[in-house]
Amino acid sequence: MTQTETGGPYDGNALAGPLAEVFALEVTAAVARCRGCGRSSPVATLAVYGPDPGLVGRCPGCADVLVRVVRTPDEVWLDLGGMSALRFSVPS
Amino acid sequence: MLLERRTESPSARTLVLQVDEWAGHLPGQHVDVRLTAEDGYQTARSYSLAAPPDGDRLEITVQRADGGEVSPFLADDLEVGDRVELRGPLGGWFVWRPEDPGPVLLVAGGSGVVPLMAMIRARAGVSRAPFRLIYSVRTPEDRLYAAELRRRAAEDGGLDVSYVYTREAPADSPRPPGRIRADDLVTHGWPPDFEPTCFVCGPTPLVEAVAGLLVGWGHDPGRIRTERFGGS
Repeated sequence: MTQTETGGPYDGNALAGPLAEVFALEVTAAVARCRGCGRSSPVATLAVYGPDPGLVGRCPGCADVLVRVVRTPDEVWLDLGGMSALRFSVPS
Repeated sequence: MLLERRTESPSARTLVLQVDEWAGHLPGQHVDVRLTAEDGYQTARSYSLAAPPDGDRLEITVQRADGGEVSPFLADDLEVGDRVELRGPLGGWFVWRPEDPGPVLLVAGGSGVVPLMAMIRARAGVSRAPFRLIYSVRTPEDRLYAAELRRRAAEDGGLDVSYVYTREAPADSPRPPGRIRADDLVTHGWPPDFEPTCFVCGPTPLVEAVAGLLVGWGHDPGRIRTERFGGS
């Protein structure tokens, strides 16, 4: 992807880099279930806003926040409270 | 480290970067480029890889945004031999795997063509999957990779390229300038019963409009992969 420098909204593809520090598996292909509306969406399809003050990923159905990522010099702060499940395909 | 810079259009440059170690990547993936100023200020941007793996060489195409913080620097000021920090390859959803034999519809808006060009370049000589690219740009001089796309459409076999001009079209163009519409997709794309995988990439409004048109036409939403570059 290429960020246009005119701001978002982007999509969950933009979360790949920030979340690569945290997840051992590639996360944009994982499927997240929204705690609010129950919709399951690939993380790549979330509506993403940011990067300041942090990245926020919203449900494409109901716009509830599914994920927040804030990066400070020595911490990654991750809030996945808006997701009730996150399903990864594991290479066999 | 920057090895080489090529001009693709008046506002876009391809950077050829040499990296220390690279395990390879899939077409559609991107890298995050991080710049650190002398005062420690850091900023990062994502750039799609424009070409398939080639040893330790990567290509990204940077579109200069007026008033942008990073793109003018990368497009114009970074010098051959300078180093940048890169993270990648990133992204596992918006990817095309050359082993997939099915037809592919690529719809690009502006610099959204970059990851789709990586797919086209990866396909050459490796896959006979039928590819159709519909490329929306403002004017003919904004096209990236125009000469190479013309050559590939003639030589690669099974690749069709068509353009949608939104502001100014060539004098002999049968289609007046305007935003991409359902009939552009119907005329130049694959119908739903071919069950293509569709990759749509570009500014957010274009991606959402095209994805909606494809679903409305009857394409399976599960076969539509999108990448939004933000902005307008």
